Amino acid sequence: MTRRIACIASNTFREAVRDRVLYNLILFVLLLVGSAVLFGQISLEIERIVVINLSLTSISVFGVVIAIFIGIQLVSKEIEKKTLYTVLVRPVRRWEFIVGKFFGLVETLAVNTFFMALGFYAALFYVSRGLHKSDLNILLAIYFIVLQFVIITSLALLFSSFSTPIFSAIFAFALFVIGTFADDLKNFAALTEGATHWLITGVGYLLPNFGSLNVIGAVAHDQPVSLALFVHNSLYAALYSCAAVCGAALIFERRNLK
Amino acid sequence: MKSTQYTTAVLSFLLIACFAGSAVVEHKMEQLRPAATLEEVLYIPSSKVVKRMSVGFEALVADIYWTRAVQYFGAKHIENANQYKLLYPLLDMATDLDPHLIPAYEFGSVFLTQPPPRGAGEPLKAVALLQKGIRQNPDSWRLYQGLGFIYYMELKDYPAAGEAFAQGSKIPGAHPFLKVMAARTLQTGGDYLTAQMLWQAIYESFSDGLIRDNALKHLRALQVDREVLQLEALARAYAARTGHLPAGFNELVAVHVLRSVPRDPLGYPYELLPDGHVMVKFYRELPFITQGLPPGQQPSDLDLSTQGK
Amino acid sequence: MPAIEILGFQKNYTVGFWRKKQRTGLKPLSLSIESNEVFGFLGPNGAGKTTTIKLLMGLIFPSAGSARILGMDWRDPKVKSVIGFLPEQPYFYDHLTAPELLEYYAGLSGVPASERKRRVAAMLERVKLSDVGKLQLRKFSKGMLQRVGIAQAILHDPQVVVLDEPMSGLDPIGRREVRDLIQGLKDDGKTIFFSTHILADAESLCDRVGVIHKGELRGVGVVSELVTSAENANRTEVLWNGATTAIAAVESAGAECKLHGQTAHAILPVARLDRVLEIIHSHRGQIISVTPLRSTLEDYFIQQIGEKPQSALEVSR
Repeated sequence: MTRRIACIASNTFREAVRDRVLYNLILFVLLLVGSAVLFGQISLEIERIVVINLSLTSISVFGVVIAIFIGIQLVSKEIEKKTLYTVLVRPVRRWEFIVGKFFGLVETLAVNTFFMALGFYAALFYVSRGLHKSDLNILLAIYFIVLQFVIITSLALLFSSFSTPIFSAIFAFALFVIGTFADDLKNFAALTEGATHWLITGVGYLLPNFGSLNVIGAVAHDQPVSLALFVHNSLYAALYSCAAVCGAALIFERRNLK
Repeated sequence: MKSTQYTTAVLSFLLIACFAGSAVVEHKMEQLRPAATLEEVLYIPSSKVVKRMSVGFEALVADIYWTRAVQYFGAKHIENANQYKLLYPLLDMATDLDPHLIPAYEFGSVFLTQPPPRGAGEPLKAVALLQKGIRQNPDSWRLYQGLGFIYYMELKDYPAAGEAFAQGSKIPGAHPFLKVMAARTLQTGGDYLTAQMLWQAIYESFSDGLIRDNALKHLRALQVDREVLQLEALARAYAARTGHLPAGFNELVAVHVLRSVPRDPLGYPYELLPDGHVMVKFYRELPFITQGLPPGQQPSDLDLSTQGK
Repeated sequence: MPAIEILGFQKNYTVGFWRKKQRTGLKPLSLSIESNEVFGFLGPNGAGKTTTIKLLMGLIFPSAGSARILGMDWRDPKVKSVIGFLPEQPYFYDHLTAPELLEYYAGLSGVPASERKRRVAAMLERVKLSDVGKLQLRKFSKGMLQRVGIAQAILHDPQVVVLDEPMSGLDPIGRREVRDLIQGLKDDGKTIFFSTHILADAESLCDRVGVIHKGELRGVGVVSELVTSAENANRTEVLWNGATTAIAAVESAGAECKLHGQTAHAILPVARLDRVLEIIHSHRGQIISVTPLRSTLEDYFIQQIGEKPQSALEVSR
């Protein structure tokens, strides 16, 4: 079982890496990181802050775009190209296929983020004339961003298990935006009462919450990130994405593959 | 097929378990997270940068900051923290992005001004904010009203207050009350009736729940202050006549000095202390009062009132 | 024990958004395929061939019915290790090379790691793709893709091989190569079930064929028998010049005649050949040709589909 999942995962990774479109996106992000350096020169005292803020935000947003982009293709493209058929008639369970795809994509995103992070640290080095101890803190922010990718990927997978590529992409991106403003949604829920309150609160839990995963602002001001937050965020990402992947597998088990 | 049913069962169970788990963790995290720092809430502290990034959605982004300001203040208000560091930056950012966001100016004028724990205690910042608002919205007479209010109530700068009210009254469509206030502040300055009129105006002209509630509390406090002083004077007069202070208000009722035991705005009877001071029954329910407090109690205490929001 | 038993597979689709209507993709179909048999599944486009195959492969789920493969329930995971499948007009992972693709599949099929390289090399050799090396699959021609497809279908040495339109889109050389591969598989003792709408291929390869049309199985038969029992069995075609007067007499001898200018055309049972030749001679006709007609699978096919040919003449062309 794990052997097959690992097989699918590494094949997914290989396929994604050889797809040149990825490189364009990474390049784009690196350009953006570079431009952040120029941006920061608007006001010197917040140069470092702006570089960090803008770069991490770019990595975050474009990483999500990449996650959605490949994620949607995972199932849809395979069906279209009928590669899926030849896989599923082998002793591979449908759910193993989904799980394998998921891990393959997470692997891809992790590697992507690694390269983007390298570019970012290069920019930071240039701006701060060297690296400081507090820069390590930023790694945590990047880790949290990767956790966001994991969640979005699982959602993209969920949608592409039953929906067309376009709609899956739209839903997944919409959830990313909503997830980023999850705190404001919760604020709004606190203002309401009765049935509306429960409904909105329920929806709030159903939707992904990226509020606590977003520590970009904090690390920009060299504030420490607590261990408790690290643990809780990791746990949240693991549980939530597991739920989404289970959902994807359940749907996929039943799907007629026309 | 058995194995498919088994798979479905396991997957369904995992789905529900993991989702429930994630909700629990999320809930726990909300309690764990420190109150949003300046950086988190502002995200990017320079309004120039934010403006550039908003690219056409300034109004929306302004609204988001504005909503956060209200929520932030609401949350802090309940927590009774003594610092509202974020309030001014949030309002400043929101109004930079959308200079015509009048509610933000108005909100700021009230809650930036008031001393802690019920406000930020930064009247000068409130003035700066309002002046920015007036520059951007010269036709908004309510901003002049707000400005005059701050000068009068907090900064005790009666000429400046009068000037603000006068300017505002010149705007077509301004509430006639502004003219009256201009005259009064220039003449009197510092008296109870003016204060009452000002708070009454705020209560009537604003629709925001927090602001109205705040104004109501001030009106009650003014009433209490006045009534307590009047009752204490009454007790002293009685003592001068009879040679001893009344034992309680019942005595004054018995001798027809008072028609009935006097009650505070909340409906509870005032208490007459042996030393001639008058006290309210539940001082915690009447914030802002400066008279009628228990002996030794300072006016600026925690607002633990449960009335209103 | 039959290698494949389809027991009443049925597939309905609901169409329409508001008023749901039932559309029948496949009417209840039952079919039995024997071990080491090459079975051809014939039908025009849209007949339901691919639907049947997808049902059998577990890619779509039947509205009713079941199947057994090598005695096991068709949904049993163990079945998957003994069948090989080639879908219609396949593409594969664009950016992989053929060896990488086959190794991937080998891994999924449970071929031990030590065996994989050897097996992959053997397969590539068998389908005559040993020299593709590092070429990525997106650069493969149709024929090459089809051969890779067959390679992945037989990689794990399955007992039953199912191919959906294996010859589609290939040039005659490509088709020949695939035919040879299929023949080779039969020689290895495997059971092959394939669908096609190219009758000539079916005729040369298959032991038995089944004809499907509009979601319904119309007939199943042994190829060698079908070809002789069709209408045009044991008939001969005679062409002659002049002697147009002979036509009436020839017709009364039991032939069908047509006249094209000076050339007359008759189709008659072989038994009557001598008699007809006599008649033509006696009318001083000039024989151009005498050709025995072999009936083709095409005739059987069209018969089963239920569209009678305009005339036997047109069909035989």
